[in-house]
Amino acid sequence: MNQPGHIVPLRVYFTIFGALMVFTALTVWVAYHDLGNFNIVAAMTIAVAKATLVVLYFMHVRYASRLIWVVVSAGLVWLVILLSLTMSDYLTRFAAV
Amino acid sequence: MEASLERREHYLNVSYGIKSWLLTTDHKRIALLYLATITLFFFVGGAFAVLMRLELITPKGDLVSAETYNKLFTMHGVMMIFFFLSPSVPATLGNFLVPMMIGARDLAFPRINLLSWYVFIFGGVLGLGAAAMGGVDTGWTFYTPYSSTYSNSAVVLTAVGAFFAGFSSILTGLNFIVTIHKMRAPGLQWFRLPLFIWAHYATSLIMILGTPVVAIAIVLVALERLFRIGIFDPNLGGDPVLFQHLFWFYSHPAVYIMILPAMGVISEIVACFSRRRVFGYRFVAFASLSIAVIGFLVWGHHMFVSGQSIYAGMVFSFLSFLVAVPSAVKVFNWMATMYKGAISYHTPMLYAFGFLGLFTVGGLTGLFLATLAVDVHVHDTYFIVAHFHYIMVGGTVMAYMGGIHFWWPKITGRLYPEAWGRFSALIVFLGFNLTFFPQFLLGYLGMPRRYHAYPEEFQVLNVMSSAGASILGIGYLIPMIYLIWSMRYGKPAGDNPWRATGLEWQTSSPPPTENFEETPLVTAPPYAYAKEEEEATVVH
Amino acid sequence: MSTSTNPVLPAHHFDDLQQQHEAAQLGMWVFLITEIMFFGGLFAAYTVYRSSYHQAFGAASRHLDITLGTFNTVVLIGSSLTMALAVHAAQRGRRRAIIGFLIATILLGAVFLGVKAFEYTHKFHEHLVPGHGFQFPDAALARPAELYFGLYFAMTGMHALHMIIGIGILLVMIRLAARGRFSAEHYSPIEVTGLYWHFVDIVWIFLFPLLYLIERHQ
Repeated sequence: MNQPGHIVPLRVYFTIFGALMVFTALTVWVAYHDLGNFNIVAAMTIAVAKATLVVLYFMHVRYASRLIWVVVSAGLVWLVILLSLTMSDYLTRFAAV
Repeated sequence: MEASLERREHYLNVSYGIKSWLLTTDHKRIALLYLATITLFFFVGGAFAVLMRLELITPKGDLVSAETYNKLFTMHGVMMIFFFLSPSVPATLGNFLVPMMIGARDLAFPRINLLSWYVFIFGGVLGLGAAAMGGVDTGWTFYTPYSSTYSNSAVVLTAVGAFFAGFSSILTGLNFIVTIHKMRAPGLQWFRLPLFIWAHYATSLIMILGTPVVAIAIVLVALERLFRIGIFDPNLGGDPVLFQHLFWFYSHPAVYIMILPAMGVISEIVACFSRRRVFGYRFVAFASLSIAVIGFLVWGHHMFVSGQSIYAGMVFSFLSFLVAVPSAVKVFNWMATMYKGAISYHTPMLYAFGFLGLFTVGGLTGLFLATLAVDVHVHDTYFIVAHFHYIMVGGTVMAYMGGIHFWWPKITGRLYPEAWGRFSALIVFLGFNLTFFPQFLLGYLGMPRRYHAYPEEFQVLNVMSSAGASILGIGYLIPMIYLIWSMRYGKPAGDNPWRATGLEWQTSSPPPTENFEETPLVTAPPYAYAKEEEEATVVH
Repeated sequence: MSTSTNPVLPAHHFDDLQQQHEAAQLGMWVFLITEIMFFGGLFAAYTVYRSSYHQAFGAASRHLDITLGTFNTVVLIGSSLTMALAVHAAQRGRRRAIIGFLIATILLGAVFLGVKAFEYTHKFHEHLVPGHGFQFPDAALARPAELYFGLYFAMTGMHALHMIIGIGILLVMIRLAARGRFSAEHYSPIEVTGLYWHFVDIVWIFLFPLLYLIERHQ
């Protein structure tokens, strides 16, 4: 990013805020409906969508260099490694923990 | 051309007094602060080892009680891993050399660099305080539920000390990553960087991505002990093995934190003392990154017999074989570097040779352990102890000693006495093998680790090991003496006594505070030794 | 290079302000990666136990006040908005706007923490704090429920600690801004503070559904 960096227009911030409010209401609404195993999928999808908006617009990653994109991605990939390899143990033990 | 140390201003004499050291932001001074501190922790950890080896001379547990012995091996491990090995190369040689090798005036965040040292000291004080208060008996691995519920020792104090040592490494790794990305001199493209830099970059990735997970594991153990928030408590349905997952997620990559910088040192030494560029430079660079990445995918090999799913165990076993490949690539490339080189046997090169042999043995025995079925038999025996000491001591400490000697002239402006250097390197090599090779045999024969007593038939091998340890100790003491001696009485070194390539050798010894009179411009690939050798052969 | 009345020079080891700014950005992002992995360990523990004790986790989750949780989510996202507006003001060099938005961010953060303090006190009175006094209405699910509340306090507590630190940093930023230390040419401290604050918001964005919204439909 350059100094002065890319200045995000104010209306973008307010639009994103509005979207985040909508998603928040949506996630609460979905929680009151029994969708079985899909509840967690819906909840996490909405949370990921909200987080993505915050990262891209509030944190300016949409306008950032490739290096920043790589850093953010690396963090996410490593979190996935931690969660998935750990769960690979628990999901294949065939015994109650 | 010898530099006149007294008249010229450099980073050591630019200011005097304790405040100029304790409040410095010069990465070179901070490196020396770390050097002094980790040497202290090395001797503390070594003292615990001495007591252990004394106990193990006889089969009966007659020197200390079993409970005390538990504390000895715990404190030995904690001190050595968290407070000596992990910072050894990166915090001393890395801090000193990373900015210099890339032609920068300092690291990206000099004040955070100083903060990292104070955080490290704070962690060390907690660790030493725990030792003073009777120590910890859980093993450096802090397995739950013993550490979280049942142990009556200073668990929280020690664990929090390790937490701060880890936080210090995060700050160091962060500094290195930003520095290497943003502060390279003009012309210094990625593939012109010395392999020492690649090694420290890969190490920093591990510090950043792994340390936080052991940090939270430590926090949870502390919460469980202090507030009875039982995350790992089986009484609540908690799983003690979950702690092991979180612990080893970091602690396996941690061993690569300990070896990668050492490998970086070896690349520099082997190239210089073979007068040849490193064979397969890109392969070695990518091997460093591969080790860092694949190293995160293997942690379950510490948990084959813990109750972990056998299917997860198989996956971890396979991946553990994979991680050996880049390490082997490096060893082959270093050998190829030496082929048809003009080899000289100065002290750093002797340590490098030691590294190559001992690291190879340690690495190969790692393959035995990656083999799930074999590990079931040798887990928690002296085979494991021998394996990791071959890598940590035979590998990392040898490389560390080699690096200290190699860059000593640059750091102090003085030469160490070469004859004593070579002698000590040989003593270390002999002492090391006598200490640890018998332990492979002991483990294979079934002697468990972390026991202060053992069956009579193991005594001969144990006595050999303890005898070796005393020789090894002497081998480490002698350099302490002559290195300190040389700071005052050593011959002035000149800018580049080894005629090595690398930007750090293009400036004076000791360097000025800002490292270079002018920012260098880099146009050549690294390790441009070939031309020099041509000139030398012409002269002959 | 700088035309403001308060020309800012880069620190001695940087070549120019551009390099310094990029270094600060990259440095904060690398730090945030460590925070992802730090909270990640807690999320790993949560994932393991929720998958094993789904029923108990659902029952325990219903003891949290969804109204307060939703309110706090709105408040925290609002504080992210004011933080983004503070950075925007900094990019424009508008000193009073910077300070105003930073204060707004702190106030919203304080509201969030106040609500959490209220919730914690309530949990204490309900005997839902893990430890000796823990009592769960449904005895069959009591033990895994205690695991759930252990994670609840560990995760929201760690999150709250990060918010408190964030508020401390914001106070420092207000002080620096009041002294005129920021301009359109040099505002990266505000920007990296914003990155930190947004990250803390993102952690909550995940904590809210995972802790409050497990099985509300019963």
